[in-house]
Amino acid sequence: MLTLADVHAHYGKSHVLHGVSIDVAAGEVVGLLGRNGVGKSTTLKAIMGLVPASSGKILFEGRDLVDLPAHRLARLGIAYVPEDRRIFRLLTVLENLRTGLDRHGVTEERRQALLEKVYRHFPVLRERRGQQGGTLSGGEQQMLAIARAMMLEPKIILLDEPTEGLMPRMVSQIREIIQVLHADGVAILLVEQNVPLTLQVSNRVYIMEKGTVRHQAAASALRVDSAVIHQYLGV
Amino acid sequence: MTGRAGFWVSLTVAVALLAVAPLVLPEFWRRFLTEILIWGLLAMSSDILIGYTGMVSFGHSAFFGIGMYGTAAALLTVTPPNLWLGLLYGLAAAGVVAGFVAFFATRLRDIYFSITTLVFSQIFYVIIFTWTEVTGGENGLTFRQPAFWIPGVVEVRFTPVTLHWFVLGVVTVSYLLLRRITQSPFGTVLQSIRENEPRTRAIGYAVERYKIVAVMLSGIFAGLAGVLYAVQNKFAAPDFVFFLVSGEVVIFNVMGGMGTLVGPVAGAGFFFLLRELFSRYFTQYYLIPVGIIFTLMVIFMPQGLLGFARRRLH
Amino acid sequence: MPYEQILIQTVNGLVSGMILALVASGLTLIFGIMDVVNFAHGELFMLGAYVGTTTLVATGSFWAALLVASVLIGLLGAALQITTLRPLLGRDPLTTILATFGISLVLQNYALWQYGPVARKIQEPFTGHFRLFHLEYPYYRIVIALLSAAIIGALWLFMKYGTYGIWIRATTQDRVMAAAMGIPVPLVHTGVFAIGAAMAAASGVLFGPLVGVNHAMGVDLILRAFIVVVVGGMGNLGGSVLAAIFISLAESFASIWVSPAQAVIVSFVVLILTLLFRPTGLFVPTPK
Repeated sequence: MLTLADVHAHYGKSHVLHGVSIDVAAGEVVGLLGRNGVGKSTTLKAIMGLVPASSGKILFEGRDLVDLPAHRLARLGIAYVPEDRRIFRLLTVLENLRTGLDRHGVTEERRQALLEKVYRHFPVLRERRGQQGGTLSGGEQQMLAIARAMMLEPKIILLDEPTEGLMPRMVSQIREIIQVLHADGVAILLVEQNVPLTLQVSNRVYIMEKGTVRHQAAASALRVDSAVIHQYLGV
Repeated sequence: MTGRAGFWVSLTVAVALLAVAPLVLPEFWRRFLTEILIWGLLAMSSDILIGYTGMVSFGHSAFFGIGMYGTAAALLTVTPPNLWLGLLYGLAAAGVVAGFVAFFATRLRDIYFSITTLVFSQIFYVIIFTWTEVTGGENGLTFRQPAFWIPGVVEVRFTPVTLHWFVLGVVTVSYLLLRRITQSPFGTVLQSIRENEPRTRAIGYAVERYKIVAVMLSGIFAGLAGVLYAVQNKFAAPDFVFFLVSGEVVIFNVMGGMGTLVGPVAGAGFFFLLRELFSRYFTQYYLIPVGIIFTLMVIFMPQGLLGFARRRLH
Repeated sequence: MPYEQILIQTVNGLVSGMILALVASGLTLIFGIMDVVNFAHGELFMLGAYVGTTTLVATGSFWAALLVASVLIGLLGAALQITTLRPLLGRDPLTTILATFGISLVLQNYALWQYGPVARKIQEPFTGHFRLFHLEYPYYRIVIALLSAAIIGALWLFMKYGTYGIWIRATTQDRVMAAAMGIPVPLVHTGVFAIGAAMAAASGVLFGPLVGVNHAMGVDLILRAFIVVVVGGMGNLGGSVLAAIFISLAESFASIWVSPAQAVIVSFVVLILTLLFRPTGLFVPTPK
């Protein structure tokens, strides 16, 4: 469904992606692992067009994403949850959700249903729905960022380090929601530092180093203490 | 021909052409050329800020106008009218005003700086416009043209041609001075401020101080242009202090090419030529087509005429 | 203390403050969402006043004039944004100042060409005065202030509720994530510019009867509007309204003692003080 073929990207003069090739099939959860700074987040940004791809192809359902205006991606079914969450701080929780909810062709009933679903999984959002996004705690903002993406009813969600800086209890919540999304048939491209979590929720993982993919495997074939994991992520 | 020799040759050729021109051109065009030089100097001074330091100033009309009024003050209060005194008063007045504006405005970045300089232009405009007893208010001041004199050597009235040469001389020297400054370490710091101010600050440069000096430098040369204008035209008027004049100067900068010093002079020439051309068909509404051309240039040719020419030559 | 004079000037200050607020709101909205300092805003105001006079002459209705001017100039604003500002997105903000400055020159001279240098008058929609002490104060002025307040209020409601209000606020805060959420950011930009233009045009029609309508009426206004926007906090709608009223009142009071031409200096002083001590805006609660 989503294919990156030999994608290169630059931040100004520095060459950050050196030919990344990745595939995500419909409904799959794919993990992207690697040390800090190898280009995992940049890969997601390249898909979203936040970092221009200097060469290579990025295809979604056969469609070339490279020259598409940024706001079309959501309509194609791609949702993005960035590393620093980036919720709309001055909008209320509900308004944040509405940025994804208020779409063309969505009936009022379906909207209510979507909202209810998200409130069920993240009860704290229901409580705080009238509060400004900026007043939420870090973990709550992460919930909101994911919930907001879910409002788009996407085919794939690009998740960038969702568990960073979160307490273990919230990490469990993240794990749960990924599994719920997977059960709903939503594909996920997950960038993470948390190896155990990634191996638990993913079907497949890619491991990146120095701006390119070095290794690919089914998640079930890897353990936290696998040699490969040690090689590319070991401390 | 490349490099330094090439530069000096082109400069000499240009100056020679400009010096010979008034001898062959009819009066109207002679005067036209002299005015281009004066406005060109004003635009050059503005380029120090816009092109090199990255600060858009709408305050140049203030420095220009005050230079004019300073000269007027000298020429009206001291008899016989003394050219050098006029120059001194004009530069001093412009320098003081520039220092004043620099003090307030350089604390601010970008758009706030621009708006503040605009406001200062208007403050001075209002003061000059309403303080009729001193500044002549709406009507401005008129005075006699001083003679060119070097004590003990020569004292001679200006003719249109010799005045042109005087202006050409001043502008050429100013250009060489400004060029020297922009190529000096000081100039390099200014450009670094334009490229990346936070990094320049992080490296350890006292950015505010550099900005203040840049504004004062710019203001003094703008004042010099005002002195020349006063000497040539024998009057000073508040219209020149109005912020729209600064806007026109910025147009010269953009049209000619920011950060090139010579570009703005070409820009001034280009603007005035366009004005002449369009006045034939649009009379006083020449700014409609000229404004459209300017806007299009901002969008499609932001490097200006000179930048465009440079690209073509490579 | 000339007591009645102070009261008259207070009312005058409030009236012109509301009109200034209407113009400044559009300006600050545009800046907040797309970092564009719209130098041509004064000319949109001026053209609004001219379209108003023409419509008034044609239809005899002040309200038609208000409506037609707002809609037409709103469309003009949209056209300008699409042709000249969209290509500049992402470039140095300096270029948008220059581009809008160029546009302002063109529009000013276009008006001069089309309508001539002589000022026109818009008839007040209703005459009649009421007594303010033993002075007659025209009803019309109060009505303009109320209308301006109503328009600003309508804008505030639009921004607070409704999908498009959310779109605008989201795009203002984080253009990138707004686009990621599927909000058509380029369209929102054009829409906001059009709204700002329409508001400026409406102010032009409202203000028309007070001063004459001529091609240079925007020049003076734009300076004041910039000052209001900076003092109020750039992008801050409420701040602009407060700043507009504050500055207008200060100028009105000042003109009791000095000429109106000199009273203008008050706003300059306020700006400079604000920039020195509270550069994020006088009425912004927490400096960022």
